[in-house]
Amino acid sequence: MATVSEFRFSEFVKSILWLLFWVTLVVSLIVLPIIFIVLFYVPEPIIDGQRINPYLLLTMLTNPQIGAPLIKATMETTFFKVVVLPGFTFAALFATVLIYAERKILAKMQLRVGPYHAGREAFWWANSLGGFLQLIADLLKLLGKEIIVPKGADKPIFLAAPVVLIIASAGLVALIPIAPNWVVADIDVGLLAVFALLGFFPLTALLASYASNSKYPFIGGLRALYQLISYEIPLILSVLGVVILAGTLSLTGIVEAQNPYWFIVLLPIGAVIFFITALAELERIPFDLPEAESEIVAGWLTEYSGMTYGLIQLANYIKMYVLSALFVTLFLGGWSGPQIASSLEIFNVTLITAEEANGMTWFVIKTLGIAILMIIIRGINPRIKIDLLLKTAWGKLIAVAFINVFIAVALLYLGVVTVGA
Amino acid sequence: MQQEDKALKDRVREIPGLQMEGEDRGILTLSVGPQHPGSGHFRLIIKVDGDIIAEALPDPGYVHRGEEKMCEYRNYIQNIPHLERPMIADSCGILYPYVLAVEELLGIQVPERAKYIRVIMAEINRCIFELYWLAIYGIFLGHSTMFMWPMADRELLIDLAEMASGARVTHAYFVPGGVRNDIPDIFVEKATKHVKYFRSRLKEYESIFYANPLFQARTVNVGVLRREDAINLGATGPVLRASGVEHDIRKAEPYDVYDEMDFKVITMKEGDSYARAYVPWLEMYESVEIILQALEKIPNGPVRIKLGPNPKGGVAEVFKRVEAARGELAYYIVSDGNPKPYRVKLSVPSFRELPVMAHLLKGAKLADMPSIYWSMNYWPVEADR
Repeated sequence: MATVSEFRFSEFVKSILWLLFWVTLVVSLIVLPIIFIVLFYVPEPIIDGQRINPYLLLTMLTNPQIGAPLIKATMETTFFKVVVLPGFTFAALFATVLIYAERKILAKMQLRVGPYHAGREAFWWANSLGGFLQLIADLLKLLGKEIIVPKGADKPIFLAAPVVLIIASAGLVALIPIAPNWVVADIDVGLLAVFALLGFFPLTALLASYASNSKYPFIGGLRALYQLISYEIPLILSVLGVVILAGTLSLTGIVEAQNPYWFIVLLPIGAVIFFITALAELERIPFDLPEAESEIVAGWLTEYSGMTYGLIQLANYIKMYVLSALFVTLFLGGWSGPQIASSLEIFNVTLITAEEANGMTWFVIKTLGIAILMIIIRGINPRIKIDLLLKTAWGKLIAVAFINVFIAVALLYLGVVTVGA
Repeated sequence: MQQEDKALKDRVREIPGLQMEGEDRGILTLSVGPQHPGSGHFRLIIKVDGDIIAEALPDPGYVHRGEEKMCEYRNYIQNIPHLERPMIADSCGILYPYVLAVEELLGIQVPERAKYIRVIMAEINRCIFELYWLAIYGIFLGHSTMFMWPMADRELLIDLAEMASGARVTHAYFVPGGVRNDIPDIFVEKATKHVKYFRSRLKEYESIFYANPLFQARTVNVGVLRREDAINLGATGPVLRASGVEHDIRKAEPYDVYDEMDFKVITMKEGDSYARAYVPWLEMYESVEIILQALEKIPNGPVRIKLGPNPKGGVAEVFKRVEAARGELAYYIVSDGNPKPYRVKLSVPSFRELPVMAHLLKGAKLADMPSIYWSMNYWPVEADR
């Protein structure tokens, strides 16, 4: 039987005093010296010619009227770009919107309602946004699930695969320019880097399937490999025309080269091939052979559970954002478009200029449009057969892609366009 | 080390479904089912030579329920509900010949109104079944929209059936002597409306499913069943008609009031998986025509002749067959004069498709297996009875 200790006020006061004693001791002897040492050695940053001392920093944090330059300075750091705006958070948010849009649009096409209840009664403004909290519910469900590693599985590879996929998709996100000067890594061989990173996905699928130690995942992994063989060459060849016309491999350069005409006008065949092969790259219907649920359960994803499955799905949707964005960048003129957006200003500090805001708006609109086209195609098609995929890719797409390259060269020689516009 | 390898190989050979036969030829025995996501409660033993199916051996019997034996322990009325169980998706179709046979055995004349109601319900059930089948055909080939649309349209017809019989799927509506209860007054008006709307919906399937080039690529010239083979192997129903044989029990041996209805027997010459998917779709149009005609002509009057508590026939043998949604469905009842039948034999269309399936899968590609399998309209529960 548990003994219930009697409550004594003196004991209570004593415990609080001891607590205060230890807190005072730790703060005065350890924390405060560290803070002073840091303040002494770290130089105070200078923003807009003003030295930011700790006192001013605290004032800025509480008063946005003075603190606006601080926000501006934060937005210019690489850290912000990598983590927030053109980087991972933006892409993950975009992927979330895509998941919601996919569920709603497919439901509309299939005479269903889709997610409806979650979050509908929580906010008065959410009445028309049926079930937008369903995604959070799904996330919580996945977080609560046990991560099961199958018996006999190669545990490190099995668990590393979702992480590798997330890292590869984050790397892809870093290469996409969403507005002038708004790109994490503006490298000269951006397009090459994109294809290098895209190569990670099927190979990781194969490794994950091999590590699962199960039959259906293994068949799915091999199918992913077959698919890689069939679409990779037309995908790269379809982009070759764009590179010939733009004269550069840099994605920013390609966007700037599409000044009078978007490349979809000059190279419509290339755009179609790129779109088809992008669908194959995404393993979406009609090319969802590696995950065909009525044939091989869930393909190479069969043994994944809980958040490992969630991470793979997140990586897939980020990849969908990246490929839509790549289509926009290569063929639809990237961020360019008529001026519709105004600049974003806080207390006379321009955070995003009108030009940049306009670029971001057009980029988001175009990318969403392409992604929704991909979603609609999922709704109206059955799955393709593997031999038909190989036959089409090798027999037709590659040949047509070469015609596309010849068209690009002809356009260049006839003087319709000049290199780099 | 080599000994261990050999021991492992021997162990592997003992696992059913993994035997390597004639290792020089590289023929591998695969077991599809009974726990495969596509096959249902049914096993298909397949011997593959690379990607080509060298031999396919159907292995039914996993869901045998002894329906025929059960019939011998119940009287003619008690047999009605459990006889629907083998094929609840088409519950009127599987009960229809039983009711006809018992009526012949007992020598009952059925009221005219009941005959019309039976025809209407049988055709509604034919549509319900074929929509269900089409939906699963869609998801079998990875077409998610084609799964949802027929399922949604099926609800309309299920509502109609519920209005008449009170149950959504297992109606137990046909009884010897007529139907269990009369249809409500609004049924004719509602049914006309629903069925006409359903006919307009059917047109949409053409554009999203049958005209889809990817669907055509998976089914056209896949699993071609020639006319002679179809006859020799004993194919029935849409499978037979898709091979160009104009045979329909509703026309060849009309029962109830089918001889008063004006409808066509749909046939196609191709005999491939595409034709076997297309014929049921065209037949749904004919079903709609039959329902509309029957709704117009339906007379007033009683719908059921009351039988005694334990009806019994003389010493006789009766055989009746109807055209169910999957093909010819026949009952053979032997009576020794007792209230309970001496023997009831079901001949179900699903079981008759098995030799056809084995014939078509031989020489086909492994990737064509889903479309061939599902175009056969094979239902394990019905086949095992």
